[in-house]
Amino acid sequence: MTMDYLSFEQPIADLQSELDALTKAEVTTPELAEQIRQLRQKLTQTTREIYDNLTPWQIVQVARHKNRPYTTDYLAMVFREFVELHGDRKFGDDRALRVGFARLDEQKVLVLGHQKGRDFKERSQNFFGCAHPEGYRKVMAKMKLAAKFGLPIITFIDTPGAYPGIGAEERGQAQVIAENMFEMSRLPTPIICVVIGEGGSGGALGIGVGDRVAMLQYSYYSVISPEGCAGILWKSHEYAPKAADCLKFTSKDLKGFGIVDDVIEEPLGGAHRDHQHMAATLRSYLKKNLKELLTVPVATLLERRYEKFRRMGQFLELPAAQTTAPT
Amino acid sequence: MDQTPTTTSEINTNNSTRKKRGVPEGTWIQCPSCKKTVFRKEVEKRLNVCTECGFHLYVSAKQRISQVLDEGTFEEWDADLVSVDPLGFSDSRSYKERLVAEQKKTGLKDAVVTGSGMIRARRVAIGVTDSGFIMGSMGSVVGEKLTRLVEKATERNLPLIIISGSGGGARMHEGILSLMQMAKVSAALAKFHEANGLFISVLTNPTMGGVAASFASLGDVILAEPRALIGFAGPRTIKATIRIELPDEFQTSEFLLKHGFIDRIVHRERLKSEIATVIDYCGK
Repeated sequence: MTMDYLSFEQPIADLQSELDALTKAEVTTPELAEQIRQLRQKLTQTTREIYDNLTPWQIVQVARHKNRPYTTDYLAMVFREFVELHGDRKFGDDRALRVGFARLDEQKVLVLGHQKGRDFKERSQNFFGCAHPEGYRKVMAKMKLAAKFGLPIITFIDTPGAYPGIGAEERGQAQVIAENMFEMSRLPTPIICVVIGEGGSGGALGIGVGDRVAMLQYSYYSVISPEGCAGILWKSHEYAPKAADCLKFTSKDLKGFGIVDDVIEEPLGGAHRDHQHMAATLRSYLKKNLKELLTVPVATLLERRYEKFRRMGQFLELPAAQTTAPT
Repeated sequence: MDQTPTTTSEINTNNSTRKKRGVPEGTWIQCPSCKKTVFRKEVEKRLNVCTECGFHLYVSAKQRISQVLDEGTFEEWDADLVSVDPLGFSDSRSYKERLVAEQKKTGLKDAVVTGSGMIRARRVAIGVTDSGFIMGSMGSVVGEKLTRLVEKATERNLPLIIISGSGGGARMHEGILSLMQMAKVSAALAKFHEANGLFISVLTNPTMGGVAASFASLGDVILAEPRALIGFAGPRTIKATIRIELPDEFQTSEFLLKHGFIDRIVHRERLKSEIATVIDYCGK
């Protein structure tokens, strides 16, 4: 795979091309081998240094990287088979959300997730991973099906946000997101949600209520996109990096706020550098957590799921004596 | 907040310090919709509805409560919750300063007032968001107060009324914590639903974003005031995405009624009696 480098990855790109040149040499001498070894080491070190110090805005770039694995990539790499189920039986079959039966080794599950699309054609069909109401209705219907037949549910979140358009509003974008959260909070089967790239606001949360919520290390999960926030606060998208700093939406931040249970480590230099490695890590995370959740009685599971979201938020409760009636 | 104003004129005296929103001071006011100059007292007499075009102007949470509940029956719950600044958020001013300024402006601690009272002698649990406080946006306090309201309504088997007015949706100053309030309140409503609770959601101008995409859309019965702006994405965002002119009436109450997402459009003067009627029919 040819690598598209992000601007802050220039030192990595330079070292890589230097390395590529050396490894192409036809004659291998001990000196050359040593040189290659040292260069490899330097490449690893440089990549680590850059990725250990990513700014929130750089993390957004990684989360949006066009070589980053998408839902369909994980469907192929993590699961033994995938039997797609289409359509919401009311309006259509939104390609921005995919759903179907799958096997995680022997375990039968329902998997769903946003799909952005790799090339321009697929991206256009999928509205760049921005789902319409029919998408949210489709996955809800299939999740109910899964619950009915005792299949656990795995969701992959990767969307800039729910689609903002005339049709989406006409068909109840706000209502379907509300209803999905409402229903997911009570579905009597284990649910694991993983933010694999972009966790864009309500569009993400519409498939984001579960017993475990995890984020890949370089994904982000935010109330508003950095561009949207910048547009509102500073009247220009140019301030997106600044907004990214303000919004505290990295996996580390969210773990700190108690919003996500786990951060799943990415391979050195991000998931886009090594799809197989990322898929293997994700797979073992899913297996481990599913195994745990499947031992929990459903009533306990639902009570814990409720309490998990119930605890979210930070506020101050003044002692009654300190309260004065405002006039 | 424990002092519940009982008449509209009394409320508007309280309100006269407001700058950005609401009915401005003076004998005459300009309707934001038809732009006609109308006699302020007449507008107030009609519960802040324009006498020329019938546009439903802003009312504060406190005014709303006095319009909907039987006089002197409101008991406020969880009045002592205040927002903190979990992100250390700052744009042109810090979130902390903004909170203080909004508290001064509105006389509220945050964007929602919750409690219990009577509607035509029926006890209800009621929450009202105030779009004058950081655009009625939902942060941790709004989410927590509404969740407690829903939980109390469940415990006490009370009909639940939430009157929404929010141009802001989830409050970005509290980041992801605001977003999660949508899930928190929705989960509480799901439990309330399982306990056969009656939830009447009333949408007022404006009900947008994360508020529309959570509790406001989850009513057993959804009522809306006429010509309110209601939707998920802001009209500006939609315009910027699809680059075509938006149709007339787009994202209004009438638009939502036509597309099947609300049960009834109710004039403000009839809101109280319509709520009472729904409670009557649903046997609570």
